Amino acid sequence: MIVPRLTSDISVWSSDNLPSSTCYRAGTLVDVNAGWRTVRPVINAGLCKGCYRCYLHCPDGTIRMESGKASVDYDFCKGCGICARICSFGCISMEVER
Amino acid sequence: MTRAFVSGNEAFAQGISLCRPAVISAYPITPQTIVVERLSEMVADGKLVSDFIHVESEHSAMSCAIGASAAGVRVFTATSSQGLLYMAECLPYAAGGRFPIVMMNADRSVALPWNIYGDQSDSLSQISSGWIQFYAMNAQEALDMAIMAYRIAEDPSVSIPFMVNLDGFNLTHTYENVDIPAQDAVDGFLPPYKTDNRIDLEEPVNMGFSAGPAYNTLFKMGEHQGMLNAKCAIPAIEDEFFKVFGRGYTGLVEKHRLEDAELVIITLGCVSGLCMDVTDRLREEGVRAGVLRIRYMRPFPDEEVSSALLGAKAVCVLEKDVSFGNAGTVFGEVRSALYGSGCSCTVCNRIAGLGGRDISSDDIRCIFEELRDGPSDVRFIGGQTS
Repeated sequence: MIVPRLTSDISVWSSDNLPSSTCYRAGTLVDVNAGWRTVRPVINAGLCKGCYRCYLHCPDGTIRMESGKASVDYDFCKGCGICARICSFGCISMEVER
Repeated sequence: MTRAFVSGNEAFAQGISLCRPAVISAYPITPQTIVVERLSEMVADGKLVSDFIHVESEHSAMSCAIGASAAGVRVFTATSSQGLLYMAECLPYAAGGRFPIVMMNADRSVALPWNIYGDQSDSLSQISSGWIQFYAMNAQEALDMAIMAYRIAEDPSVSIPFMVNLDGFNLTHTYENVDIPAQDAVDGFLPPYKTDNRIDLEEPVNMGFSAGPAYNTLFKMGEHQGMLNAKCAIPAIEDEFFKVFGRGYTGLVEKHRLEDAELVIITLGCVSGLCMDVTDRLREEGVRAGVLRIRYMRPFPDEEVSSALLGAKAVCVLEKDVSFGNAGTVFGEVRSALYGSGCSCTVCNRIAGLGGRDISSDDIRCIFEELRDGPSDVRFIGGQTS
């Protein structure tokens, strides 16, 4: 089970390459929404056990597993904090965006 | 081809049946009910293979149609008046998603006061919803438009949902002789619907996504362009229809005796027929009268309207609706098209036929008489009881 990198397919859209409707390859979002965030989850990779709990609970699918450790796609993370709450090992902390 | 004596609703149901919609979702409302009843009978009798989905409201009817279209199949729904307004939230959704749904709307008054009879207040309130809007004049045209509507809506350059408007009762419930085309001829004219704009398990897509400030304008521009492309697709598809079925149509507008007309009524829907009739009689009396029938309110025939009126002296927009606090909706559109076009005619507005009030040939004669003085006012016909 692998969540694709949501940002990887996005180039700058123009009237030349715009989809003919609101329909495009899965895994593509039109807008990054990092600006919605007031706090960001920061993962302490040393404590991460790679248990996938945050990966499964993230409502926006912004957590990826890389080399057995969780990491966050900050382009789409809205900073809801569910990952930090759900982590059994206390390895995710919410830090204020500056 | 067979000939049948049917109502406008029944003619339209026959036309839709020939298009083989895979899904029909609808909720009954007067005066649309019969088109849905006839289609449900065809499905029940096995004459039409389609999933007929009984929904609990018009909002659900359109949501269901959007879902079915997103599954990649041809869809039909029908409504009227309060039903159209109840599904209003879903109309731009279907249009923005570029789902080529065909819907029949039986034009009817909008409450309050409560009224089930015909006028055009319902559909004209939705001209900015992103739907192509067509207004039929008679049952044959309605039937033919059911078939052409899918071709136009599904044209890859267009991909816009299509609303066919039939005047409530005056057209939906009036019986006429119509030619019903043969199924194989329609199959040849209208191939099965094929699209990439659909849910696909092999090639998963993200459908109905959001587009924020950065890209929203681009999507809306694409939708606008699709609507403008319909201006080219409509006459081309009508030509093809004529070659297959032998009945020709006239694009975004229909001109009746306009060549040298000085006094012109612009109108839409089935009252156009009466206006043309009165015009013919006035012509015999030496009056240079003419009628410009608007067939499509969207895309709006701005150039067709202004070029048709270059020689006119006085014009009246006769319509069955009012945009409260301004004037008739069509009047506003027509005057806007004329501004800067080089037309020197006066334009007045007569709002008539509200809540099913009859528009008589005397009313129309009276308008033509008034036009000799070049009026530019907005007035209701039927404000006094007699």
